[in-house]
Amino acid sequence: MLKDITLGQYYPGNSIIHRLDPRVKLMGTMVFIVSLFAFGSVSAYLLATLAIAVVVTTSKIPLKYILKGLKPVFVLMLITVLFNLFLTPGRTVWKFWKLSITAEGIRFAIHMAVRLTYLIIGSSILTFTTTPNSLTDGLETGLGFLNVFHVPVHEIAMMMSIALRFIPILMDETDKIMRAQEARGADFHSGGLIRRVKAMVPLLVPLFVSAFRRANDLALAMESRGYHGGAGRTKMKPLVYRRRDVAAYIAMAVYLILMILLKFFVKIPVNIL
Amino acid sequence: MEIRIENLSYIYGQGTAYEKKALDNISLTIHGGEFIGIIGHTGSGKSTLIQHLNGLNKATSGAIYVDGKNICEEGYSMRDLRFQVGLVFQYPEYQIFETTVLKDVCFGPKNQGLYSEDAEKQAREAMRMVGLDESYEQKSPFDLSGGQKRRVAIAGILAMKPKMLVLDEPTAGLDPKGRDEILGVLRDLHRKQEITVVLVSHSMDDVADYADRIIVLDKGKILYDDVPEKVFTHVKELEEVGLAAPQVTYIMKALRQEGWDVKDTVTTLPEARDQILKELGAGAAFAGRSQDGLTGGKADD
Repeated sequence: MLKDITLGQYYPGNSIIHRLDPRVKLMGTMVFIVSLFAFGSVSAYLLATLAIAVVVTTSKIPLKYILKGLKPVFVLMLITVLFNLFLTPGRTVWKFWKLSITAEGIRFAIHMAVRLTYLIIGSSILTFTTTPNSLTDGLETGLGFLNVFHVPVHEIAMMMSIALRFIPILMDETDKIMRAQEARGADFHSGGLIRRVKAMVPLLVPLFVSAFRRANDLALAMESRGYHGGAGRTKMKPLVYRRRDVAAYIAMAVYLILMILLKFFVKIPVNIL
Repeated sequence: MEIRIENLSYIYGQGTAYEKKALDNISLTIHGGEFIGIIGHTGSGKSTLIQHLNGLNKATSGAIYVDGKNICEEGYSMRDLRFQVGLVFQYPEYQIFETTVLKDVCFGPKNQGLYSEDAEKQAREAMRMVGLDESYEQKSPFDLSGGQKRRVAIAGILAMKPKMLVLDEPTAGLDPKGRDEILGVLRDLHRKQEITVVLVSHSMDDVADYADRIIVLDKGKILYDDVPEKVFTHVKELEEVGLAAPQVTYIMKALRQEGWDVKDTVTTLPEARDQILKELGAGAAFAGRSQDGLTGGKADD
């Protein structure tokens, strides 16, 4: 059940995208997301579609797998779209009781749907192709300049990587405890809301106990290996930009320039309504 | 009760990058009253297999019949099955959640729909079976030692009065005393309550001492399914799949190579002792003692 959630999981592979420097991928994801919200035209979305298609193809991650990741956020998206659809003031197109759909509402809703879908796909490509460790490595190095302002970048990155590392462990643990309690006749899947919440106690108590036990063990293990924070700590695999990373930066720049050019010079007239 | 498994295969994470065939065409029958040991290297599919016995895992292909009924069919009550086949997970103490030992042991019987008094009665009986007296009832399970916690967890399963008890590495992480106590409890349950026991382990010595049938798994397939004496004649093959024969079998083999006339298919300590004493010509004097004290696996079944 829990294994069905693909969003945010690493998908092992050896494509060019997998091998890119995590800083490049972080930057790329940021550029992509900003472009989605800064340039909201049909032509911009077409270009974004093209870009995402190219990245997905080179990453060799099955499209089905990526789309599966959209499932858990589908409800959230639906709510956003509905709110936009019904609550945007403007020219009324359709009216039913107190609800009215406006032309602007439809436009906003479509925009929102496209943006959110691409936002999730874009960021899930980042997590699909980057191991949590290299992701935090990228963040730590990429945000290293914040050290000047006394931001504990290393500590934040370490906490993040530990948190990320523990997600699959705790998910496994949840699965195991659920099974163990089901073997004792526990029922997590039926009954009303109150019964279901009550049924969570035999799951949550052992889960908390084990999370604390693991945290304690980890802290001890880190200390016994001489961990004392970020100062003077070296990396086993220091991040180094290679030619492919430079190429990726150039591709990003080209993408941004194209976006800007599209905004000013290409106008696809859209008159849905 | 009898469980018959036919051509069972199970694939983890089908359709993802992590797809893995855990069980490959397994067929076996567990008869009522047996004491079965399942051994195999880490990742051989032991745990996956036993979770099919109470319907926690759904077979990818193949069928499982419990007393003649296919549990994979629509409408089979998995919950009833779970009360009949008690499954004790690895490190079962990690599933404890209640504030007192008695309450935790009551969890199973209460899920069966019993009233508090009946549930508590069954819980108390189960606690006696694993050697926990009244003084433990109101204690917090989190204050107990590892071995005691494990007994609480096993009692939690026994309180449901299962006909079959399946245990996944019940002795993992226990000291030798705790290990012997847990295995002793299992032997008593098997003999006195006539519960069918399926014991998963990778310790050959545990399995050889207690089980009267051994199933060896390797890479999701059944390698051997026979009585201990026969299984442990394949020492070389067992070593190739990362297992070993019981230590005493090795000693007997070495003795035989040195020219002593002893059987090298011996798998338990008392048997070995009798053999050696016989060979030394003192067998008659000690034979009587082996009957009441250190008896081997099935000597008095």
